[in-house]
Amino acid sequence: MLIEYLPIAILLVISTGLAALIVWIGNTFGPRRPTLRKSLPYESGMNPIGPGTRRMPVRFYLVAVLFILFDIEVVFFLPWAIVFRQLGLFGLIEMFVFIFILLVGYVYAWKKGALEWE
Amino acid sequence: MDLALLLEWIIKSLVLILILLTSFAYLTFYERKALARIQVRIGPNRAGPGGWLQPVADAVKLIFKEELTPAKAYKVIFVIAPMLTLLPALIILAVVPFGSSITLFGRQVSLGITDINVGVLYIMAVASISVYGIVLAGWSSNNKYAMLGGIRSSAQMISYELALGLSIIGPILLAESMSIGEIIDAQRGIWFLFLQPVGAIIFWTATLAEVNRSPFDMPEAEQELTAGYHVEYSGMKFALFFIAEYMKMIAVSVILAALFLGGYRGPFVDQVPLLGPLYLFVKVFVLLFIMIWVRATLPRIRYDRLMAFGWKLLFPLALTNVFLTAVGIILADTYGPAFLWSIPLMSILAFLVVNYLARDRIATASAQAVSFRR
Amino acid sequence: MTALQIIFLITAVITLGAAAMVVITRNLVHAALWLIMTFFGISVLYVLLNAGFLAVAQVVIYIGAISILMIFAIMLTRRVQQDFGPQTNAAWPWALVIAAALFGGLIWIFSGWGNFFTQAPVMGERADPLRQLGMALVSPEQYVIPFEVASVMLTAALIGAIMVAWERK
Repeated sequence: MLIEYLPIAILLVISTGLAALIVWIGNTFGPRRPTLRKSLPYESGMNPIGPGTRRMPVRFYLVAVLFILFDIEVVFFLPWAIVFRQLGLFGLIEMFVFIFILLVGYVYAWKKGALEWE
Repeated sequence: MDLALLLEWIIKSLVLILILLTSFAYLTFYERKALARIQVRIGPNRAGPGGWLQPVADAVKLIFKEELTPAKAYKVIFVIAPMLTLLPALIILAVVPFGSSITLFGRQVSLGITDINVGVLYIMAVASISVYGIVLAGWSSNNKYAMLGGIRSSAQMISYELALGLSIIGPILLAESMSIGEIIDAQRGIWFLFLQPVGAIIFWTATLAEVNRSPFDMPEAEQELTAGYHVEYSGMKFALFFIAEYMKMIAVSVILAALFLGGYRGPFVDQVPLLGPLYLFVKVFVLLFIMIWVRATLPRIRYDRLMAFGWKLLFPLALTNVFLTAVGIILADTYGPAFLWSIPLMSILAFLVVNYLARDRIATASAQAVSFRR
Repeated sequence: MTALQIIFLITAVITLGAAAMVVITRNLVHAALWLIMTFFGISVLYVLLNAGFLAVAQVVIYIGAISILMIFAIMLTRRVQQDFGPQTNAAWPWALVIAAALFGGLIWIFSGWGNFFTQAPVMGERADPLRQLGMALVSPEQYVIPFEVASVMLTAALIGAIMVAWERK
């Protein structure tokens, strides 16, 4: 069991090495002649206005909250799915109850307009 | 520990990475050629015979380009972000077998890095990590377009990840396993594409959004965001984003082939194991063509519609599909295996109902598109 | 020491170091990244405990969802993502005393528990931990009530988030 995860670790190490190698190649072979114009933030050739990082709309935060909830739901689905044949109708009803409660929240979010973007 | 086993894993990892790099290079060529043909052009034909050296020329050009780092960027993360984007693309295929095992130098070698019993969840995990490269690239550039593109794109990716995760449940229910190898083996008789047509469509749509391909290539909307999260990147750091995007295209095609199209399985593959990778290659080649075709055909979706599509259409439909699959399995267990065919019937019916319910939105959207064109 | 123990020690040190960096670093986004590193270390610890499902679920939920929410929250609330103020306040010696007392108390409680050195029961060769987990989640004798209650809690969290963040028009 444990031994099955070791190849993933090896692949991860080699991939990190490759990514670092690519960055190193770019740093080594490319020319480097920075000027003031080049190091300004790119705004289609205009002079940049205001700060680069600014506060973002609250909507994205709500999407992330919704995502966490339903992501947990999907993770709960997985162990249920592999034993579903043994559970039969009982398993279906249980999962339906679980989802139904979550769907109440989903409908609430929809009606409140949290899923609307304009 | 067995030293030979360790060596085998290292060699297999290197081979996988080499295959991915080569197929990435030729996927760019394939896409440009196919797009050109669709638009009645010839496409790249100068570098080498028939243009076949074009990827090499691109690589050489990018290597010798100057790399700019904006003065106000957060330097460390600015360098880490493109690396973080590439990593998931390289490791996501670790759990997918490319063929059954073959005998090489007197030892049994399985064609695949590993086959863990939570393979499907592993794929979801790696897919969810790939958001970071993009959101960090957008933030560390300290550029308002990059920031906007990064946040938009990450919100898009997490929204479509739900539909993606739910569409994978169908094959798990049918195969009763989360291991990709066992899901492929369960398709010995019939591909899950025929039992899960709606699941496959949802998976395909969600992965298009996941890898930021057209028509969901929102972060790269040139007209609104100049180039989105990678606007400040150049040279090899830009190449890392580019490589990652195309490798993800290949990876999701391989995963779709494994989950719905029987993976490496095909006629005579049990007798001649080397046919396995060949079948997989053909399937992936066709799937990649569909991706390119979609890019050539469909215009980009507006961002509000994109989020509404993901949350209000794709997600409920994927949830319905899971429950219909479960109902179909219960019917099949009670009344006989022929009732498995109730799954595609019911799910296609649900698909049509959802389509009917959304008809007003679709009609207004296409009417607007027509009025813009005039 | 076996190879497993060495791997465990390295992972534990990296996890704890990353956790310390979460508190020490002044840049909030860097703190979030160190937190992700900590979560990843915990997931490796789960793998070392032969809990593959938990390990990958940890990555999906904690790294893939909750940390994203944190990064979004940082970008939402702060104009400048850097904090130039001092990291400690005047009451830090008291905090140290309380933390040390808490730690000592935990050690004292745990030392009464005699099961630290008992081996976990080994599962049979044919046992599939994933299937057992699936059955345990939905069988009435085991965890079906916590499982259903979890969805009530998730719904409550969702409605709460909308109430707090969504005062529009």
